Amino acid sequence: MRAALKYLLPVLLGIAVLALWEFLVRRYDVPVFVLPGPSAIWPAFTANFSSLMDSLWTTLQVTWIAFAIALVAGLALAIVFAQSRTAEMALFPYAVILQVTPIIAVAPLILIWVGYEHVERAAIIIALIVAFFPILSNATLGLRSVDPGLLDLFRLYGASRWQILWRLQLPGALPYILAGMKISGGLALIGAVVAEFVAGSGTATGLAWRVTEAANRLEISKMFAALGLLSFVGIVNFYALSFLEWLMLHRWHESTFDRRE
Amino acid sequence: MTILLSLSGISKTFDNGVEAIARLDLDVAEREFVSLVGPSGCGKSTALRIAAGLARPSAGTVSFPNGRPETGFVFQEPALMPWRTALANVRLPLELRGIARKDAEARSRTALERAGLKGFEDAYPRELSGGMKMRTSIARAMAAGPKLLLMDEPFAALDELSRQALNDDLLTLAREDQMTVLFVTHSVFESTYLSSRVVVMTPRPGRVTAEIRLSPPPLRDVSYRLTQEFADGARRVSQALRGAMGKGA
Repeated sequence: MRAALKYLLPVLLGIAVLALWEFLVRRYDVPVFVLPGPSAIWPAFTANFSSLMDSLWTTLQVTWIAFAIALVAGLALAIVFAQSRTAEMALFPYAVILQVTPIIAVAPLILIWVGYEHVERAAIIIALIVAFFPILSNATLGLRSVDPGLLDLFRLYGASRWQILWRLQLPGALPYILAGMKISGGLALIGAVVAEFVAGSGTATGLAWRVTEAANRLEISKMFAALGLLSFVGIVNFYALSFLEWLMLHRWHESTFDRRE
Repeated sequence: MTILLSLSGISKTFDNGVEAIARLDLDVAEREFVSLVGPSGCGKSTALRIAAGLARPSAGTVSFPNGRPETGFVFQEPALMPWRTALANVRLPLELRGIARKDAEARSRTALERAGLKGFEDAYPRELSGGMKMRTSIARAMAAGPKLLLMDEPFAALDELSRQALNDDLLTLAREDQMTVLFVTHSVFESTYLSSRVVVMTPRPGRVTAEIRLSPPPLRDVSYRLTQEFADGARRVSQALRGAMGKGA
C-alpha cells in the first residue's frame, strides 16, 4: 500500500496540475504564443517527433560522453591527490578556478577554439568542465575519510599502498563518489545546454537548439515539448544514478536504512 | 620463562610536545596475560601501539628475543569495514598476506565460529550488535593465528554481561592457542579477572609504578568473581592504581 502510494501520489498530482493548467489557459483565453495548454503541446510534440528525437539523442550523447570522461578523469585525479599531498597542493587551486569561473562566460572561447562547425565537441568539453569538479572534490574527500582504526589495521598487516587504495580507500569513498556523480550528472546536462545556447547557430542539433529555434519563431508549444524532453533527460540521469547508488550501497551503507518506520 | 616481548626505556613525546611515556620498561613472557592499567591519558594505548609497530618510540627499544611473532591487534573500536560481511572482514588479514582465497575462507570461518559467531558469516556490521562487532574484530585478529595478541580497551564500550562473556571467551581462545596477551584496560575488575600480571602505570608521562602478580585458576568462570581470592586481587590492583594517581603531576 505504502509502496503503491509512493508512485501513485506523484502521478495523481501531475494529472491534477495538467488539468488545472489546461483549465486556466482556456478559462482566461491565454494566447498560445504566451502559454499553450497541454492539449496544444502534445500535437507540437508529435508533429516534430523525429527532429525532437534526433535532438534528444544528440543531447544524451553529449551528456553521457562528457559525464563518462568527467568520472574517469575526476576519479583518476582524486586518486593522485590521495597519494600525494604535493600534487594536491599544486593542482587543486586550478581545479577550483575551473569550477568557479562561470561556464557561460568561458563557453564562447571554447566554441571559437573548437570551431562553430563542431558545436557538439564544444558541448562535450563544456559539459565535461562543469561535471568534473563535483566528482573530483567528493572523491578526494572520500578517499581521505578513512577510518584511522582500519588504516592502522592495514598497516599492521603490512598492506601496500595499492592494497590500501583498492580494499580500503575506494570502497570507503564509494558513497562520496556516488553523491558526486549525482551532482555531475545534472551539471553535464546544463553544460550541454549552455554550449548550444552560446553557439546560437552553426551546427548545433541538440534539444537546447530546438528550444532556441522555437523561441525565435515564437513556437511556444514546440519549445515546451523540447523543454519537457530536457527535463526527461535530467530525470533519467538522476534516477539511473540513484539506482546505481542503491545497488552499490543498500547492503551496507547507513544512508539506505529507513528509520522512519 | 621465555621473554616474548621486551620494551626497554621507551619514551614517547608527541609532535605537539606532550610527553606521553617516560622510560617505560616492560617484559612480557610467553603465554603470559598481562594487563596494563592506569588513569586515562597515561600512555598505555601509546605503549601498545609502539609494541605493535604502529607508532615509533622517541627513545628506547622494542625487541622480540625469539623473533617477531605473528601479532594480532584489537582496537577500542571494532574497526570493521562496513561494506564487507563479517566473514569478509575476518578474511582481510589473510588476504593482505596473500593467502589463497579458499584457504583464507576456511580459516576465517573457523575463526568466526570460535569467536561465537557461527551463522553470522554473511551479516554486515550494521546488522550486528556492539558485542558481536567486537567478536568479529577478535575473530579477525585471530584469523592469522597470532602468538601475540595486543588489545586496546576492547570491551570498554560494552555492557557488563557482554563484557563478562567476552572475557571468558577471550581466556578460552588465549589458552587454546597458547597466546601471549597484552591487554590495556582501565577496569580494575577486568584486569584482575583476566590477568596473570597487572602492570600499573602512572599518569602522564606514563611509566611502570607497580606490578601485581595474580594466580587465578586456569579455568575460571563467573563463580571466580565471587571468591575471596578475586576480591583480594582486585583490592591490590585498586590500591596500586590509587598509589599511581598520587605519583602523577
